[in-house]
Amino acid sequence: MKNEKIDKVKTCLILGTTSDIARAIAVEFAKSGYNLILSGRDLETTIRIGQDIQIKYSVEVKTIHLDILDLNSHKEFFEKLSEIPDGLVFAIGYMGEQKESERDFSEARKVIDTNFTLPLNILNHFANEFEKRKSGFIVGIGSVAGDRGRKKNYIYGASKAALHAYLSGLRNRLVSSNVQVLTVKPGFVRTKMTEHLNLPPKLTAEPEEIAKDTLKAFLKKKDILYSKKIYRYMLFIIKHIPEKIFKKLDL
Amino acid sequence: MKINGWGHYPTINSEVRSSADFSKIQEIISKNTELIPNGLFRSYGDSALADITFSSLKLNKFLKFDLEKGILHTEAGVSFQEINEITIPKGWFLPVTPGTKFVTVGGAIASDVHGKNHHKSGTFGKFVMWIKILTADANIVTCSRNENEDLFRTTIGGMGLTGIILEAEFHLQKIGTSAIEQKTLKARNLDELLVFFEEYKEYTYSVSWLDTAVKGAKSGRGLLFLGEHSLDESLGKNYGHQKQLINLPVFLPNFALNAVVLKTFNFGMYTKEFKSEKDFRTDFDTFFYPLDAINNWNRMYGKRGFAQYQFVIPMENAALNLKKVLKKIADYGLASFLTVLKVFGEENDFYLSFPQKGYTLAMDFAISRKSLEMFIELDKIIADAGGRLYLTKDSRMSQEFFKLGYPNLEKFLEIKHKWDPLNKFQSVQSKRLGI
Repeated sequence: MKNEKIDKVKTCLILGTTSDIARAIAVEFAKSGYNLILSGRDLETTIRIGQDIQIKYSVEVKTIHLDILDLNSHKEFFEKLSEIPDGLVFAIGYMGEQKESERDFSEARKVIDTNFTLPLNILNHFANEFEKRKSGFIVGIGSVAGDRGRKKNYIYGASKAALHAYLSGLRNRLVSSNVQVLTVKPGFVRTKMTEHLNLPPKLTAEPEEIAKDTLKAFLKKKDILYSKKIYRYMLFIIKHIPEKIFKKLDL
Repeated sequence: MKINGWGHYPTINSEVRSSADFSKIQEIISKNTELIPNGLFRSYGDSALADITFSSLKLNKFLKFDLEKGILHTEAGVSFQEINEITIPKGWFLPVTPGTKFVTVGGAIASDVHGKNHHKSGTFGKFVMWIKILTADANIVTCSRNENEDLFRTTIGGMGLTGIILEAEFHLQKIGTSAIEQKTLKARNLDELLVFFEEYKEYTYSVSWLDTAVKGAKSGRGLLFLGEHSLDESLGKNYGHQKQLINLPVFLPNFALNAVVLKTFNFGMYTKEFKSEKDFRTDFDTFFYPLDAINNWNRMYGKRGFAQYQFVIPMENAALNLKKVLKKIADYGLASFLTVLKVFGEENDFYLSFPQKGYTLAMDFAISRKSLEMFIELDKIIADAGGRLYLTKDSRMSQEFFKLGYPNLEKFLEIKHKWDPLNKFQSVQSKRLGI
């Protein structure tokens, strides 16, 4: 009986599978032998991503619909989830248009609700379960935009800052319960979310790069990961610019 | 961005669009009046080039792999390399593969690719069960032998001119091992080589390399490579990657492949095989994809680029016509670096598909005023012989010559017009050839 428990294949839940970063991270977990539960708002694409991973990496993949902005779908999601996974990756995110968010509260609210408010209903649930079970992991995709507010994207940034603080508190609470919490802070990434933007090539990562870094950091039990690595130093500097100067900068 | 085919000739500027999301692709099709899909750019000339192109590379998902029946369903941008890595260890292999594994499923369909087993198995298109394609009106249509057959028969071999291939389902062939039993035969001249082809036609895979640098009685000497999937199950199904991937990091200068170098290389290829016959065991990559071991080998020809001249001619008078071709090349004082001769089996019913019963010869020549002039002379020999050129390799043939070789063009155009009345799907090549 004891052996069976040790040999059991672990399962990782992915929240927001259709984002490019999430798909790449799902692949990394599959490569290291995890079975997957994939969830997303666009169920058809989520299923296709699941089929692809199943065929390529011979792991078990389950797919469940989840629309983060629709609380009713949360209920169905919990019902359909037959098992509590060994851990989860939270990769739901909405950037919106900064200018639009400044003008229109409903747009600003959509950003905050998608990135922070409504995910709490899901994350709290699993945090409690993991705490009870005394094992588990939570990987949350934040953003360097959450490290300091800049005029270009501070509403998105504010939602990510909230997520960072939440994950940090969660880490503090769950460390004694053997639950790992990893905050991933990507910089520019070439994804669907950013395809309309002109990104600086040297500072821009491919989703696969973020995913590989994430798995490495997860296995090394890290708490916070900047990817690409250069952002760790860049953000260190940016965070330490006095506000008096920072407020005048055009970053 | 600048895009070009494998031959680096021609190169054009193109706006490359891409998405994995069908609704986004529909939007791209609706918004543009003229474009062509592309993938890994292994077609040599201008068939995947246009001012606006759609890259299928984000369509990269495997959707079904039936391990019992050996049926694979993928999106169009999945490459043969990825397929090999997944299906070979499970005992299934592509039914037909070209000489490079860096082609996409969509590209393989659009070119209706052939391989070393064409005389036995036909083209890749024969194994395709159905295709999901985004047509000019931005609708997603499924076509097969039973449904929209006209679209099916124009899409296979249709050079991307009927729409954006999104997905396809196709049969694989069962294999017991991932090893190949190879036999190499040395032929002293063209006549002997053709006799060998006839004598060994029962082999599943056959292809020959011939020396175009030698004149006279020895002209057309070469090596015939034969292969069978090994039946020795103890060998297992490990699909070992090519051990060393050599990269040609820069373009060689234009003069690097001069006549002396070519002659020496061809002489070396021929004489390194001492025996007249040799049997040995080899692996998939070495047998099917020898050139894939050298990354960017196409840079060998320098920045001027090169053309692969590949034709097929009927069996009747083939020896005579092949000799005319070799003589013409010798008269021009040119030699092809790599020359490949193979027997084709029966023609299929896809309107623009290249293979027909006969011999196919593929040769690489650097682009120069002389070689371009020679191609026109060769075209005349091929036209007289009742042959034609492979659209996937072509960058320069004339409309007249093309139309002579492809009598089903009228029918193709009629069906294309039905599905694409405004002629949305056009490439530099299709414009040049009046497709």
